[in-house]
Amino acid sequence: MIANPTTDDIRIGVFVCDCGLNIAGAVDCGSVAEYAATLPHVTCVVRNKYTCADPGQNEIKDAIREHRLNRVVIASCTPRQHEPTFRQCVREAGLNPYLMEMANLREHCSWVHPGDWDGATEKAKDLVASAVARARFLQPQEELTVPVTKRALVIGGGVAGIEAALELADAGHKVTLVEKEASIGGIMAQLDKTYPTMDCSI
Amino acid sequence: MVKPDEYQMGFSSRKAIYIPFPQAVPCSYILNMADCLGNNPIACGKCVEVCEKQAINYDDKDEIVTREVGAVIVAIGLQVYDPTEMDEYGYTRFDNVITSMEFERLICAGGPTAGHFVRPSDHERPTRIGFIQCVGSRNSKIGRPWCSNICCMNTIKDTLLLADHYPDVENVVFYQDIRAFGKSFEEMFQRSKEAGTRYVRGLPGDIEEDPETHNLTITVENTTSGKIERHELDMVVLSVGVESPKDLAKISGMLTLSKTSDGFFMESHPKLKPVDAPTRGVFFSGFCEAPKDIKDSVCQAGAAASRTGALLNAGQIQIEAITSRIDEQACKNCGACAKVCPYGAIAWEKGHPAVVIEAACAGCGSCGATCQFGAITMRHFTDDQLLAQVRAVLASHPEDKVFAFACNWCSYAGGDMAGISRIQYPSTNRVVRTMCSARVSEEMVLEAFRCGAPIVMVSGCHYADCHYINANRQTVQRVQRLWDKLEKAGVRPERLQLEWISAAEGQKFAKVMKQLEELRKTVTSKEIQQTKEALKPKPKKAARKEEAAAVAN
Repeated sequence: MIANPTTDDIRIGVFVCDCGLNIAGAVDCGSVAEYAATLPHVTCVVRNKYTCADPGQNEIKDAIREHRLNRVVIASCTPRQHEPTFRQCVREAGLNPYLMEMANLREHCSWVHPGDWDGATEKAKDLVASAVARARFLQPQEELTVPVTKRALVIGGGVAGIEAALELADAGHKVTLVEKEASIGGIMAQLDKTYPTMDCSI
Repeated sequence: MVKPDEYQMGFSSRKAIYIPFPQAVPCSYILNMADCLGNNPIACGKCVEVCEKQAINYDDKDEIVTREVGAVIVAIGLQVYDPTEMDEYGYTRFDNVITSMEFERLICAGGPTAGHFVRPSDHERPTRIGFIQCVGSRNSKIGRPWCSNICCMNTIKDTLLLADHYPDVENVVFYQDIRAFGKSFEEMFQRSKEAGTRYVRGLPGDIEEDPETHNLTITVENTTSGKIERHELDMVVLSVGVESPKDLAKISGMLTLSKTSDGFFMESHPKLKPVDAPTRGVFFSGFCEAPKDIKDSVCQAGAAASRTGALLNAGQIQIEAITSRIDEQACKNCGACAKVCPYGAIAWEKGHPAVVIEAACAGCGSCGATCQFGAITMRHFTDDQLLAQVRAVLASHPEDKVFAFACNWCSYAGGDMAGISRIQYPSTNRVVRTMCSARVSEEMVLEAFRCGAPIVMVSGCHYADCHYINANRQTVQRVQRLWDKLEKAGVRPERLQLEWISAAEGQKFAKVMKQLEELRKTVTSKEIQQTKEALKPKPKKAARKEEAAAVAN
């Protein structure tokens, strides 16, 4: 790890993403970035066009090295989409992935408040302030690795279940297929011909 | 024993011992115990007498088989709509009104009539056959607004089959839109028209039957010509829609899945993770995720198998570092945390500190919010982190903000869904994410009020859909305690709202935010000031003593 995060030397980098016009079309990203720079412990602020793209990720990595950042806040989209992307990104720059926090300026802000420029911008600032406040308390974490039992269960013996089970078995996996009826086949087995080829269902 | 044959849609009969259908797998006789009279010799027991191989064992019992698995593919299929409630089409009153599923058996060589297409009333071959589309689909009046996907093409196929078997047949299809968007579908639609099928745009209001001939008359407004038409037909096929299977809720509860408003399973992401369930290691295949035809089901089966294979091949997974940690020194051995853990992941014995079993902990945070002694740290969702967020968000002009806690799996995702769907709502809301609504402690809610929040919302998954089995029951109890507390402190309890919003409910998320914004406007600055005073933390006993001592000195 390049930076050694301790409570007394917190160096936060904030990356504000335009997401093309997805965010910048409804939020004043410049003003959000300026605001972020005034928040405590924020060492550097970078505004990107697309933070998740390679150039955006490289900017994060460069800034981590250049400014010895030990916390990263990415103000872009929902963590439910890109948290794994950015965790990987900061990891590659030598930072523990749990020292990265996201502010959801897209799904929770720009996409739902178009036409409310001031309101959306104020909200975006608060979301960044919230993420920065949280980032100050982030600690490096180690993930637990657990083994995966090498067998799959397929629930339902209709065409979708049979196909999935066969596919897995063909790939060499152990599969258990459960079906509530006495025969597999499901509803498809009750059909005569099926479109678009007009051949038999069974 | 004679029973209606389910496979033949009741058009023929079976005994209590039968092969479900000729191509069944396994292709062996079954003894249906629900129909069997049993081995009481007075009642029956004849099969035992005649079975030379002694293959019949009445004492055979259901068996519970245990298998450990690393991944689950849910492929529980669909249920066909029963059109009984749409009485205007007379499905239960007129013999010659059948469903599209019954049509399949009547046209099939393996069916009760060996493929000779006859109508039920007189076993004569009908020549004038009507098909009514969207029966139980795209009909919000009966609470079924979704398109069932397969019925248009199925009817087109049926008309082609009839035209192929019987060149004199006259097919009429009554429809609102023909959705023939798949590969080679449009070509099939054109072939059906070329084969003489008439397509009338308009859904019939009702069907009448001639009691003598059992012929049927359909009255319909042809919306293309704007004229009322009457069609006398020998037989009508109701092109019935499909719905999620009745077992869905059971499977959903077992695997902590959630469903969309039309009752099908909700996937992780509608475009980017279409076969992944929100629960790791669970994948969807086929109809139970959304209406789809055979080809799409086969495609999704391949995708689900591939996603499953990747997981099994990896052989191990990383568990997100959000688990609970207990500080032995701070633990007062009360065991409250062990009681609220939905996973039984906290081991506790009376008189001993509680211990977290990390591999079993899913990180919901119920224990962290329950601990009165600050002995539990939720990794990556600590009290410090969440309280810092509350304070930061409400640092300036808190009176203008609707403050919300949202759980990662449902309510926060519901907010994401509102975003993806571009459903607008007021920009006054501020959301803080926790993994589960049960992570939100009393202190966090009270702190939000102390910071001047006019409205605080705690939101999570619908009751039976909690991603952490039933952790949101803790949320309910905590919010109820908070309502009591607020009332006692003279704070309007409705300023604390509890909402269940699923990952699919972007519209509900937006609606709730609009309602809360209206509620926020009713909260005066005086009220906020009073709340701040009323909820000021009382100094602890020891602190009070110190204070008194300091005054005395």
